[in-house]
Amino acid sequence: MTRFSAFSLFAKALGGHQDWPEQWPDAAPKPAYDAIIVGGGGHGLGAAYYLAKKYGITNVAVLEKGWIGGGNTGRNTTIIRSNYLYDESAHLYDHAVKLWDGLSQELNYNVMYSKRGVMMLAHNVHDVQSLQRHINANRLNGVDNEWLTPEQAKAYCPPLNISPDARHPVLGAALQRRGGTARHDSVAWGYARAAAALGVDIIQNCAVTGIRSGADGAVEGVETTRGYIASKRVGVSAAGNTSVVMQMAGLDFPLESYPLQALVSEPIKPTFPCVVMSNTVHAYMSQSDKGELVIGAGTDQYVSYSQRGALHIVEHTLAAICEIFPIYRRMRMLRTWGGIVDVTPDRSPILGKTPVKGLYVNCGWGTGGFKATPGAGDLLAYTMAKDEPHPINAPFNLDRFRNGRLIDEAAAAAVAH
Amino acid sequence: MSGFRLETGGRVDRGQSVQFSFDGKTYQGFAGDTLASALLANGVTLFGRSFKYHRPRGVMAAGSEEPNALISVDRGAGRFTPNLRATNVEIHAGLNAFSQNRWPSLKRDFGAINDRLGMFFPAGFYNKTFMWPRSFWEKLYEPAIRKMAGLGDAPTAEDPDTYASTYAHCDLLIVGAGPAGIDTALEVMGSNKRIFLIDEQDELGGGALADPSLWPWLERSRKALIDAPNVTILARTTAFGYYHDNFIGAVQRLTDHSPDNSDSPREKLWRIRAGEVVLAQGAIERPLVFDGNDTPGVMLSSAAKVFANRYGVAVGRSVALMAAHDSGWHDVFALAKAGVGIKAIIDVRKDVDSALTQEADRLDIKVYLNHSVTGVNGRHQVTSIQICNNGDNLSARMDCDTLLMAGGWTPSVHLWSHSKGSLAWRDDIGAYVPDQPNENVRCAGACSGDWDFGSGAIIDVLPTLKDQSRIKAFVDFQNDVTAKDIKLAVREGFRSIEHIKRYTTNGMATDQGKTSNLNGLQIASTALAKPVTDIGLTSFRPPYTPQTFGALAGHAKGALFQPTRTTNIDGWADENGAVFELVAQWRRARYFPKMGEDMHAAVNRECVAVRSSLGIFDASTLGKIEVVGPDAAEFLNRMYTNPWKALEPGRCRYGLLLKEDGFITDDGVSARLAPDRFHLTTTTGGAARVLNMMEDYLQTEWPDLDVWLTSTTEQYAVIALQGPNARKLLEPLVDGIDLSADAFPHMAIREGTICGIPTRLFRVSFTGELGFEINVPTAYGRALWERLMAEGARYNITPYGTEAMHVLRAEKGFIIVGQDTDGTVTPFDAGLDWAVGKKKPDFVGKRSMARPDIVASGRKQLVGLLTDDPNVVLEEGAQIVADPRQPIPMTMIGHVTSSYWSEALGRSIALALVAGGQGMMGDTLYIPMPGKTHEAKVSGMVFYDAEGARLHV
Amino acid sequence: MILIHCPYCDEKRPEIEFANAGQAHVARPLDPSSQSDEEWEAYLFIRANPRGRHHERWRHVHGCGRFFNAVRDTVTDKFETTYKAGEPRR
Repeated sequence: MTRFSAFSLFAKALGGHQDWPEQWPDAAPKPAYDAIIVGGGGHGLGAAYYLAKKYGITNVAVLEKGWIGGGNTGRNTTIIRSNYLYDESAHLYDHAVKLWDGLSQELNYNVMYSKRGVMMLAHNVHDVQSLQRHINANRLNGVDNEWLTPEQAKAYCPPLNISPDARHPVLGAALQRRGGTARHDSVAWGYARAAAALGVDIIQNCAVTGIRSGADGAVEGVETTRGYIASKRVGVSAAGNTSVVMQMAGLDFPLESYPLQALVSEPIKPTFPCVVMSNTVHAYMSQSDKGELVIGAGTDQYVSYSQRGALHIVEHTLAAICEIFPIYRRMRMLRTWGGIVDVTPDRSPILGKTPVKGLYVNCGWGTGGFKATPGAGDLLAYTMAKDEPHPINAPFNLDRFRNGRLIDEAAAAAVAH
Repeated sequence: MSGFRLETGGRVDRGQSVQFSFDGKTYQGFAGDTLASALLANGVTLFGRSFKYHRPRGVMAAGSEEPNALISVDRGAGRFTPNLRATNVEIHAGLNAFSQNRWPSLKRDFGAINDRLGMFFPAGFYNKTFMWPRSFWEKLYEPAIRKMAGLGDAPTAEDPDTYASTYAHCDLLIVGAGPAGIDTALEVMGSNKRIFLIDEQDELGGGALADPSLWPWLERSRKALIDAPNVTILARTTAFGYYHDNFIGAVQRLTDHSPDNSDSPREKLWRIRAGEVVLAQGAIERPLVFDGNDTPGVMLSSAAKVFANRYGVAVGRSVALMAAHDSGWHDVFALAKAGVGIKAIIDVRKDVDSALTQEADRLDIKVYLNHSVTGVNGRHQVTSIQICNNGDNLSARMDCDTLLMAGGWTPSVHLWSHSKGSLAWRDDIGAYVPDQPNENVRCAGACSGDWDFGSGAIIDVLPTLKDQSRIKAFVDFQNDVTAKDIKLAVREGFRSIEHIKRYTTNGMATDQGKTSNLNGLQIASTALAKPVTDIGLTSFRPPYTPQTFGALAGHAKGALFQPTRTTNIDGWADENGAVFELVAQWRRARYFPKMGEDMHAAVNRECVAVRSSLGIFDASTLGKIEVVGPDAAEFLNRMYTNPWKALEPGRCRYGLLLKEDGFITDDGVSARLAPDRFHLTTTTGGAARVLNMMEDYLQTEWPDLDVWLTSTTEQYAVIALQGPNARKLLEPLVDGIDLSADAFPHMAIREGTICGIPTRLFRVSFTGELGFEINVPTAYGRALWERLMAEGARYNITPYGTEAMHVLRAEKGFIIVGQDTDGTVTPFDAGLDWAVGKKKPDFVGKRSMARPDIVASGRKQLVGLLTDDPNVVLEEGAQIVADPRQPIPMTMIGHVTSSYWSEALGRSIALALVAGGQGMMGDTLYIPMPGKTHEAKVSGMVFYDAEGARLHV
Repeated sequence: MILIHCPYCDEKRPEIEFANAGQAHVARPLDPSSQSDEEWEAYLFIRANPRGRHHERWRHVHGCGRFFNAVRDTVTDKFETTYKAGEPRR
């Protein structure tokens, strides 16, 4: 691997950039691997990297049906935060945030993690109670999150409208300063390059069509569009397509896949310094390094794999953005796109073992998977390497849907009286 | 020729001179000009700076595909718009336009240093550096990158303009009013179909506007279409997105072309549902890729023809053409006929149709076949070009002030792709064309690949003698993506076109790759030595061109963003100084401060009034459902946790509703009016959810039950009278109801009249005091309230708001669903065991309560909490620990759900969810807050009048 | 915005008149207390989530208020048919 640095960039520039090597080789599948990851998004590539880096399993293949990072990794609004309410969630997401810090250096690939702060707005008394509960729980969990008055919120994010006459006035905000954004594509490519350098095969245009298991029920390998590949350890990290893959192993999952839209504005000069989220008004926004306002829209209400969302979702999202940030009413929407998000009944992920021996799963991240990328990759790798979950992901098992131990963050922010 | 305005020709109104400004300098144009044509007519060639290298840029195109000439328009306070294409901005008197992305000025731009250093900024450079030292990314590198990036300035003030939106339905929607679109409309016009014809330009005609020979036809057609009653024509309207089931989003620009700001909407969103759609969006000419192809003065040949024939503007005095396609020749012939000086035609092809060379000959235009342009001289304007014979590699310089590019055509398949229609590759035109439709849609004209522009060669990069790694041959002009960037991406292992696009940002600029996608594909195809079809095609996504947030938000602004529900009594509260809070969609009075009172003082006074004499409260927002039918009791018995069948008519019962997962979702007091009729109440926020849930079970699980559900939330105004004097006030006002304690006990309902108004009178209490809830038809709410206020003056009747209501109910340990419960709380967790019918075989949520984790010990349970220091009012949401000395992360065992100062008790009270809390009575727990850890003891939930003596009077 | 045929109104109406109500033909067990934890989990949470033909429920919430069933392709989002609640699975 050619080390990336200002120096190498300078040296290669003098040669007209003619001798940059491939960032990762275009591998063809071998007949067998020690571990296979199904799904070449950030989570899957991260799992492959950590398997090789931390757990010494380097004979690993990542199977991607299209091009790596082409699913939700490349279709999200890149928000990173860990100010979750429940201990289980806070530990899970904070594990990821700790890995985000320093990831560029670890991968020798600038993933542009920018701790610009994530601010969540409170618009009514119930929101205030809910966010203060978050702040208090986060504080005792060692996760930074602080309360801002409307004036402090406006000072942190000047475009914010804090007029008390607004339809949904801002009563305050919770700010996680370590929260922020990263560049989504770079995360996938950085993990791919670093994993490949450790011996991982990144195999694109290779769709899994079947999961083969032996007489004892344990996984033996996967059928793919590029032939059968043997492995006794298969980790599925296929986001919206998880149900389809799990069906191949005869497993029905508590998942539904919905279209989620996002959009960007035309690029403008720096105007928006942080990430702002409002659950009550349904608006999420940040500004990318390129200058685009990056806006998260809602999900459509029906199960779909079409990556084609409806206009009224976008209309509502932009109305919400213009309510909170009226100075952007004249800005223009440049591009919209859709991802497929897999949602569990409690809207928390499933990360762990499955009833099939040797088959592991990482799914159900809903609209919040990007922020967890390094953590999910690391924990999936741990679980596959040890054949048991790490204490951090142990609560995010499949059993909870049977025994009722749900981790329902959204329910905790329940609608008021 | 004055400046670059041709003596004759064009569709501009030469009688109507228009004065406008660009970068502070005043210019004259004609009505009908765009900013681009007017500036070109004035000899302006430098319009802006590119995104990354800050290279000088002029106009490349004449329409919405323009990648270079992005400008800002300032129409006064709050009306600043960045990133507009000069080719789409119609000029008007006083138009105030500015160039962008330059400092201190367009001509001398400090950022142009990036161009000199461009070799260090290849595609993806930011992935490879800016990592050391680590802390510099956020402090130094990222802010610097951000400042350099972005195009125009951000708006800084709220937009005073308004935006409209509408729905429309038609049998046939034609997108694009060029010859193909107009022909389609003319063909169908005779039927009685409702036809919509929409076009992004200010007048119909499309390509015909640049072809004077078609103007008579255009005029006749236009008139016929305008006269046809079944044809709706929308100009200045961009169909930007094609959604499911022939649903098309379009934005019409209404006022930006006029000089004055007005109150009428600036833009209008059309949501059009069409029976059939005809896409006639035409095709976009492709630039050629060679060193210096972005120099101001290098432009598309078709654009030059538009400027000459439509606007009467010569794009130069000495114009050369670099062609790979016949169409460029025809354009140049048209220019020559319009009086534009033509220097030469250079064509990369060895052979072209002899008719072309003959015509060139006839017009005395010099022709160079098998030649390429290999360089462009001039920084702010082309001064000369370098051409090279591709046969013998002999190079020569040619003076000219403008260079046209004719690289072939790309059908506009954007909307077709939005609709998920499939595409087929055509080698002969080097482009994707529509194949199989996915909606009821077809393409007409050039966007389907049918045209009479002639033929051409498909070229990725023009042949050159130069080292290809050293030249700047642009593919995506706005994002500064060069051919070598694409080759670098391929070299670094990016093989899918989506990867190449994301790595280089080719096609991701505000023009969405209209002029760059196909060239990028060709270059990648050559670099990968794979056919184009193996590399894929980046998918087009809405919108076709950028669309204003305000237009998409439409009327949904301020009060119309989401209607605020108000009760019939809300106006009285407003007039009497209430402070409001928003609860779900409702606005509710939170407290009624008197002069000089803060919330604390007002709430204390309101609470004391209720406990000592009489309070009045607007409870109209509570959800209400009328449940009617022979099986009504059976139905409620299955829905709620508690038994309903034995409830006698005239009596009320507290109902607890779970979701099927066993967790509390709603509650409320409901009354049985008759054996087959119930009056249900729900929480304020839960009304719609509960009705939907009940309908779901009724319709789909128990269709055999004969029950009807009707939302009556808005049929009744509800006034709660609470306090020891409640009965005394009511007695003289009520007819037909015996209010005595024996005849009308707690948790009963009676029907009669109050002040002559029919009422359903509940004797219920959410305060622990003697109380009534008076339901009257909504329209009588305020009148009755005012009467009660007047009559109640003798009891010092006191209006109270939701905050006092919360305190009063907390003193009694009554829960608020959504505050004391959070979607993870079972009836047992909430201490509501008594509300669960133990003998009932089934009700919604019962089975889930038998799941292992729900019956496990250690679940969080609702308890009371009394701080050791009675003056400390805990923060709602504060976390509770058993051991305050443990290190972080601490083990938290619960949190405070409700917390108030109780004036009645002279101390603070709180409710909390605590793990195993019901077994910890009297234990001390700790609430660590910043700077101080509070101590509190676990208690029962009822703090006031535990025996209920005050209720049963 | 998809168009949905309401089998009760017998009209195609835009999506915003309707509320999706999840997978169809997930019948509530007649005697929930006899269900094992696994069976109850399946009823509550396990969903087909197919790529392709999908049976789902809609409610014409801003129309007639009725729940009905539909067969829709989740890849193309196109409806194959809609039918009244209680009618056999199609």
